[in-house]
Parts: sequence; C-alpha cells; structure tokens
Amino acid sequence: MWLSSSTVGRKVVMSVSGLFLILFLTFHMSMNLVAIFSEEGYNAVCEFLGANWYALVGTLVLAAGFFVHIIYAFWLTMQNRRARGEQRYEVVDKPKSVEWASQNMLVLGIIVIGVAFFHLYHFWYNMQFQEIIGNHTVDLEQCALGAGMAVDGLSVHNGYDFIVAMFSNPVVVVLYLIWFVAIWFHLTHGFWSAIHTLGWNNDIWFNRWKTIAKVYATILCLGFAFVAIWFGFIY
Amino acid sequence: MEKTINFTLKVWRQKDAHSAGRFESYKMEGITGDTSFLEMLDILNEKLVKEHKEPVVFDHDCREGICGMCSLYINGHPHGPEGGCTTCQLFMRKFEDGSTITVEPWRSAGFPVIKDLMVDRSAYDKIMQAGGYVSVNTGAAQDANAILIPKKDADAAMDAATCIGCGACVAACKNGSAMLFVSAKVSQLALLPQGRVEAARRAKAMVAKMQELGFGNCTNTGACAAECPKSISLSNIARLNREFIKAKLKD
Repeated sequence: MWLSSSTVGRKVVMSVSGLFLILFLTFHMSMNLVAIFSEEGYNAVCEFLGANWYALVGTLVLAAGFFVHIIYAFWLTMQNRRARGEQRYEVVDKPKSVEWASQNMLVLGIIVIGVAFFHLYHFWYNMQFQEIIGNHTVDLEQCALGAGMAVDGLSVHNGYDFIVAMFSNPVVVVLYLIWFVAIWFHLTHGFWSAIHTLGWNNDIWFNRWKTIAKVYATILCLGFAFVAIWFGFIY
Repeated sequence: MEKTINFTLKVWRQKDAHSAGRFESYKMEGITGDTSFLEMLDILNEKLVKEHKEPVVFDHDCREGICGMCSLYINGHPHGPEGGCTTCQLFMRKFEDGSTITVEPWRSAGFPVIKDLMVDRSAYDKIMQAGGYVSVNTGAAQDANAILIPKKDADAAMDAATCIGCGACVAACKNGSAMLFVSAKVSQLALLPQGRVEAARRAKAMVAKMQELGFGNCTNTGACAAECPKSISLSNIARLNREFIKAKLKD
C-alpha cells in the first residue's frame, strides 16, 4: 500500500489527517463561541454531542484521525532521525527563511496532545464518557489543575456550567492559553505544508498558502483564546 | 591593498569510512581576500605536505560552480554562509579576521564519509539511473518551431535543470531528505513534451530509489531551497508530490 510504504504516501496520510484535524478545530472553536452568546444554545450543542449514535461515530472517527496523525508523526520522525545519520553537525545555523515551527513539529505536537489529555479529562470524561457509562450527573471537586470551585450534581449536558467551573481557575486558563500558542505554531507550518505535500502549490501560491495558513491559525487560536479569557477573567 | 586575514580553521579529520573522526585546528595566516575557499584549503595542504603530514581530503573539480563536486559544511551552512554559490566560488573576503571557521563534511546516512571532508554521493547517481532520463528515441534535433513549448514551462524546466546534484539539500535537511534534488530532476523533464511521456514512471522509480537508499521523509522546512547554491525552488517538491500522487492514483 503506497500510503504506508512510500515516503510521499506517508506524508499524504499526515496531510489528510492534519487537514481533517484542522476542520475539527474549526468546528470546535465555532462551538465554543456559542457559549459566549447563549447558555441554552451551548448546552443544546452539548446535548446533541452526548452519547447519541452519531456523536459516538463522530468521536470514533475523530479519535482515529488523531491516532493516525500521531502514529505517523512518530514513525516519520524515527525514519528521519535515522536518515540524518549518527554524526551531528558541530555548528548549525538555521537559514532565515526556515520557520522555527517547521523544525519542531513533533515537540509542538507532543505539547498539544499532552494538554489535550488534560482537556479530555476536564470535559469529555465528565460529559460524554459519564453519559456512556450511564450517569446523568457528576460531582466536580475543586482541584489545582481542574475546576476552580466544587459543584455537586452537575448535569452531563450542562457544558456551560462546566466551562464556568473550569475557567474560574486561573491556572487552567493560563495552561489553555499556552496550549493555544502551541497549536498556533503547529498550524502555521502544518496547514500550508499539508497543501504542499498534496502537490497543490507553485511559486505564486507558495506565499499565498503560507499567509492563508497564518491568518487561519490566528483566527482559530484567537477564537479559542477569547472564550478562555472571557470565562477566566471577564465573565 | 587587498585585505589579508588570519583565522583558525577547524577541520573534520577522519581516517576512513570505518574510523571515528575528530576536529583538528589549524592556524591560517595572511590569507588574501581574493583566495577562494578551496584555494585556501590548497594552501593548508601544501603546508601539511611540507610538514610531512597527511593533507586534508576534499572533493573539487571544475572550480567554477557548475560541476557539483565541491561540498563542505562551513560555519553551519552547506557551501558556506554566502548563499547562492558553491564552495569553490566562496571567497575568503567573506570571513572575519581572527574568527574560527568550522568545516565539516555533509552529514547524512545517505552520504557516508569516505575520508576527512569527502563523502560518497553515488546515491545520487543511483537515483538518476532509476529514471532521471528520457528513454524514448526523440530522433535528431528538431526545427525550433516543430514542438511549441510555452515560455513559462521552458523557463521552469531550465530553472530545475540548473541543479548540479551537489547534495547541499540533503546536507541542509534535518530529515536527510533528497526531495529537492529528486524533484528538480523530475521537474526538468516533466515540464517538457519529450519528458512528459514517462513522467509518471519516472516519479515513481526515482522516489522509490531515493527511499531505498535511506534518505528521509520531507517535512517542508525549506532549509534545502534556502541553502541550495543554485536556488532551486521548493515548488519543485510540490510538483514531484503531484506527479507521484497522480501516478499512484492511476495505478
């Protein structure tokens, strides 16, 4: 199968799974913005994305996307380190046109996925997962890296109150903001690089794609950061 | 009065492919600015020979920037910090008096060190042999207007064809990937009608050979194009990907 056996094929898998994850982030960011405008609206989205068959299928597809992207990332990095040879250069001077993010995608990815586990524990574990195992309410305890206040008997569909509880803890807000910065760096390279790998690029579109990637990543991360700051410090 | 400089040269010395190497420092004095980097190494070697020491081994041939033989990773850059030129056309006036100049061989699993600063770049020849040519009989030279080629395509093909196959792209790449080289060789033919016929087969064969020889996967950092002495564009890699994906989807 050329998608796993050939070097370009493996990169195609990285690109397609990466673009899929960008699409997911776009949806997630839009969903978060709803929370600022309407409590009922946001909770309706949360209920829609509960333990319904379509939401579960979606979750599985999404998990598969993450899984493939991460497995391929480690696989490609291992191959690339081997291709680099055992002896490293004594002096290395990065050319100006080389983005810092492009040479640190794995590290950025590890930061992104590391905080993502926290995020899953904060929200997904208390919401969709509790509904899957048959609970309709959960008790939130106050925690240094979790909810800023204890809440008892919270409905698993009451996403709004989850946000309020989590982001009343400034440590969580700062952690999330660092997370968004890592995502921003990861996307500024990842977006245009995915397009480039799929062969949809030339001398004219080169800078256009790079700009589109930067603008898109900025809008996405500002959207996420705005919601975190709103519930952390303004709300 | 032409400026002369004194500096310390830190050179990688390695007895052979199987031995461990190390850096050795040499004091260079009174080198004039119009000495090329390779001439400066010649001066060093003459000195070493007079002292009955083993001269530093390095690759070189035409010394006018077109053969692709010279290499050297100088102060963190393939072909030195100048940019857009090969080591043989790099002049000592570009370096500071009293500085230390570090010279290393290309470092990549695909280009093993043979001795000192010389590496085995025959992997590139093998990639070319895998399909970097036109095997159809195109006959004698045609009338210039018999096959019409848009100026844009002719220019892009010519730009790709300026690749001299020196290996700086692999040396610069943190993934040890040869994609810029392969993409230039695929592009120079895929853009022209004579080469177009075998474009799919060529892309597949050359990419397969490249990875068989242990070169890495491209992550589009762009270090290759930034360090390329012939300024080969990164867009060629997108073209290679396009050719390769199209060929695979057709199979």
